[in-house]
Amino acid sequence: MARPSNFPPPFAASDYVAEPTDPADERIEVGVLVVGAGPAGLACAIRLGQLIEEHPEMAEQLGDVPVAVLEKGKQPGSHLLSGAVVNPRALRRLFKDRVRMEDLPSYGPVPGESVYVLTKRAALPIPPPPPMRNHGNWIFSLSQLGRFLGERAEEAGATILPETAAQKLLVSHGRVVGVRTGDKGRNREGGELGNFERGSDLVAKVTVLAEGTQGHLTGVALDRFGLRGDDPQVWELAVKEVWKVAKPLDRVIHTMGWPLRTGKRYREFGGSFIYPMGKDMVTIGLVVGLDYRDASLSVHDLLQELKTHPKIRKILAGGERVEWGAKTIPSGGFHALPQRLHAPGLLLCGDGVGMVNVPRLKGIHYAIESGRLAAEAAFRALQRGETPSTALASYDDAVRDSFIWQDLYEVRNMRQVFGRGFFVGGALASAMTVSKGRVELGKMRAEPDADQPLLVTDRDKSYPAPDGTLTFDKLSSVFASGNKTRDDQPNHIRIERRVPREVAELWTHMCPAQVYEVGREDDDGTVMVDVAPSNCVQCGAITAKGGRLTPPEGGSGPEYTQT
Amino acid sequence: MRFLVFAEHHEDGFVKNALGVLGKAASLGDADAVVVGAGAGLAALLGKHGAKAVHVAAGDDNLAAPLPQPRVDVLARLAPDYDAVLFGQSVLAADVAGGLAARLDAGLNWDLVDLELRGDELVGKRPALQDSVYVDVGWTASPRLALFRSGSFDPQEPGGEAETHELDVELSDFSTRTTMVEQAHAEAEGKSIEDADVIVAGGRGLGSPENFTLAEELAQALGGAVGATRAVVDAGWYPYSAQIGQTGKTVSPKLYVALGISGAIQHKVGMQSSGTIVAINKDANAPIFEFSDLGVVGDVHQIVPELTELVRARRS
Amino acid sequence: MRIAVCVKHVPEGPSRIDPQTLRLDRAGEGALNHFDANAVEEALRLKGDSDTEVVAVSLGPQKALDSLRKALAMGADRAVLVCDDDAAGSDLVASSRLLAAALERQEADLVLFGQQASDADGAVLWAAVAERLGRPVVSQAMELAVTGDSVRVKRQTEFGYDTIEASLPAVVAVSDAINEPRYPSLKGIMGAKKKPQDVLSLADLGFDGAQAGEAGSGTNVLALGEPPSRGDARKIEGDADAAQAIVDFLAEKRLL
Repeated sequence: MARPSNFPPPFAASDYVAEPTDPADERIEVGVLVVGAGPAGLACAIRLGQLIEEHPEMAEQLGDVPVAVLEKGKQPGSHLLSGAVVNPRALRRLFKDRVRMEDLPSYGPVPGESVYVLTKRAALPIPPPPPMRNHGNWIFSLSQLGRFLGERAEEAGATILPETAAQKLLVSHGRVVGVRTGDKGRNREGGELGNFERGSDLVAKVTVLAEGTQGHLTGVALDRFGLRGDDPQVWELAVKEVWKVAKPLDRVIHTMGWPLRTGKRYREFGGSFIYPMGKDMVTIGLVVGLDYRDASLSVHDLLQELKTHPKIRKILAGGERVEWGAKTIPSGGFHALPQRLHAPGLLLCGDGVGMVNVPRLKGIHYAIESGRLAAEAAFRALQRGETPSTALASYDDAVRDSFIWQDLYEVRNMRQVFGRGFFVGGALASAMTVSKGRVELGKMRAEPDADQPLLVTDRDKSYPAPDGTLTFDKLSSVFASGNKTRDDQPNHIRIERRVPREVAELWTHMCPAQVYEVGREDDDGTVMVDVAPSNCVQCGAITAKGGRLTPPEGGSGPEYTQT
Repeated sequence: MRFLVFAEHHEDGFVKNALGVLGKAASLGDADAVVVGAGAGLAALLGKHGAKAVHVAAGDDNLAAPLPQPRVDVLARLAPDYDAVLFGQSVLAADVAGGLAARLDAGLNWDLVDLELRGDELVGKRPALQDSVYVDVGWTASPRLALFRSGSFDPQEPGGEAETHELDVELSDFSTRTTMVEQAHAEAEGKSIEDADVIVAGGRGLGSPENFTLAEELAQALGGAVGATRAVVDAGWYPYSAQIGQTGKTVSPKLYVALGISGAIQHKVGMQSSGTIVAINKDANAPIFEFSDLGVVGDVHQIVPELTELVRARRS
Repeated sequence: MRIAVCVKHVPEGPSRIDPQTLRLDRAGEGALNHFDANAVEEALRLKGDSDTEVVAVSLGPQKALDSLRKALAMGADRAVLVCDDDAAGSDLVASSRLLAAALERQEADLVLFGQQASDADGAVLWAAVAERLGRPVVSQAMELAVTGDSVRVKRQTEFGYDTIEASLPAVVAVSDAINEPRYPSLKGIMGAKKKPQDVLSLADLGFDGAQAGEAGSGTNVLALGEPPSRGDARKIEGDADAAQAIVDFLAEKRLL
């Protein structure tokens, strides 16, 4: 049986590590460079701003641009997508009395919650297992929160550089000294268009990678500095929609079961979430572990199927889909965390290193907290004027002392015991949480998602035909993500293009954005995979399943506003 | 209600859109027309299309070339006597209407596709947000100015005579600071896809790059240009310059013929404002049929060669 | 020489019209109207290495500063925003009044516009502004050259290509065929924040609320409706006679 990992992409991390090449006087120098304007990176920038304000003498030392944040999307928030029911703990710590929870762009505290086990026609309510209880948590659109945090970061003195991809990690004498940004204005063959704009070397005293799931340079850095954790990282794929609805939803809903299959050989672990966003909107999403085996599985189409369930159809009745998006979630947990979260000149934060509490369905507050701690570590090192090679180790210490470490440690073996995923049902999961992780259930070997041998079923035959009202095809969904990527740019997706048919079908079905297509069959039975890179919403599933996503031209991809 | 219609002309004839607007005005009230820079001979033709009276301003040499600002001077003299001044949208008419609105502090609605009288109020219809909603618009200042999309109304020929009035105009000094050095002539290389009245576009349903000759031959027979979907441009079947859609060109020809195009929304947003859409596709469920005026479920390879022959025969 | 470029901040993403105010909902994300990027590019091209000053001018909400900053990041020298709560809902006559007043103060030799606004699909503002400024106007420019005290424009109309000359100071609207806008460089983006950005209120321009917003406008929006269905849409099946049926259809629609 074919495994996607047998067909590795033409990609070498070393190609993305370089010495600075711009002449010294043309390099752009900043104090602290943050890569990624998500919750982790922006929290880091905001905290740095606070520290500089408290220690004005440091401003001068950090230069004209004390803090810069690189963002590959159109603006902060454009590439952010999440549930998102957020534990407010880290936000409160970050803002202290500067901003109250009520001032954040949220949809308020969770009003109530239900958990259902679905069958094709029925919905069986079950008491929410303790890890899934959300009392005291707040509902957000992460994209909106990202924009808000971006504005706060700018107020705090950070310079945000949107539409700019961090292409290469600049390393000099074993130390990270910044990043090289991506070129703009190349054609499909790589040639320079009339408005070609070459990338720049952005050099910094400290570089913070806060790239989120499947971070391009985070992956490069883990390899370059040998930081990968005990377990390989694994992911889940979430596809979600935002709906304007006729009647308000009064609680947070999670479902398990249908439309996923329970047969062990399928390895289909996951579930759905349906959250109210104020009086007239809801968000609905489906999350599936990417260790699934069926090449015909499509999370996008399963979400469409989920919406046809009588229970859910009722919630959406008379409504209108206003946005769509997809993103992977790192779910390797504690054992997949890197050996260290720093390297000389470098700090690693948030989803990029897998700070996600899988059974609790939470990661945003860890991202924010890690960004805050990274800011403090970087600032301390700079304040002492140390060459930040070992000085940044205090960040690892701070993370180990924080609730991030404590929480992730408690649930460290959850995944191996209960299969996988966000959605672990029943008493066993509760037992583990209640015992605060003291029940030692033993650790099993984890396999990368791409190592799962494939099987092919006719699952795709029963996906609902898109009706344009309740159910949608992939292309119109890509449109609803706001994606209007320039077509005539180099392909940013690295895959082996000649593969066995089932691998090609896996990618075709897996991709929620219709990037891959099974092409011509050759005499040896392999097929060519055709790629439409401009459809890509940069969810990262391809990296989990045997390919490698690299950043396209800055400003490409989805333009999420409410996800 | 008294209407004044800007009767735009090019060389020896009136622009069809302007005549259509004149017909519409005549159906709603008394319609007069104004002709700038052409002789009374041409102006007399407007009676046939519904004008009661025609104002002709041609005395000044500065009025000859189709430049907007001298025309604003002409219309500014007449407009206050009318309830509404209507234009068929064009490069020239838009510039005239915009200038006139500022001169008179009058309301201007543009991109209208219809006009009606509700009681004694005029209401215009304007498609907005990529034509996904139709907005009813009104005026709060007089005279009411309006620009209509090309093809909104067909010219009428109720017959009749129009009296012509010659008009002397004093031009603003800034109106004469623009000179036409060389007047419009189509360039030799033929019409670009954005200008074409007819576009024949091909999609994946054509089957192979070679089959684009089907689209090219039909386009030639119809006197139009060839367009392509993103999928076939991506596949290297046709150049990017011909791509129509969200990330390609936006076109609105009078006739759009879609060959083997499924009609994904990314394509639709680039061509949905076309006048008439004809689609041939063998998949009866293709979304393109939802916004086609004529949908043909069939094989492009069979139908198109035959169609090209029939069109050629008819045209020769 | 001084060139003023008018830029508009337009909503991004799925647009909607607020059913209460009947105005385009501008609360969401916005960006520089992409047609205006061509005008900024053309100004910067004309500037080249000379000491010509390029001023980006906008009328809009506070957020329009984002679009002005994009113009500054591309290379414009300074920005002016006309921003006032009373200016919200301004139509063509009101907008042209405010914009012309702001432009008057710039004493620019050349005022550039993009070919249309992607939100309102309007393509008339420059003509109204030129009228108020009392300056010659040329639209749809696909080639633009400044020689001495005049500007020479090649432009496209329904009938082909005109060449037009206008004396400076003048107003020119450029088409999107005129150039390929540059990407702002990183240095440009970083420097944009520090360039001068003036915000003017109605009072600064000598106006009151009666001359702006809905009060100062000549048009209004009455209602929202659904687009008409393609009422007489027809569908035929099968290959036989299909070609003839299409020809008959085209003949009936007078398209042959």
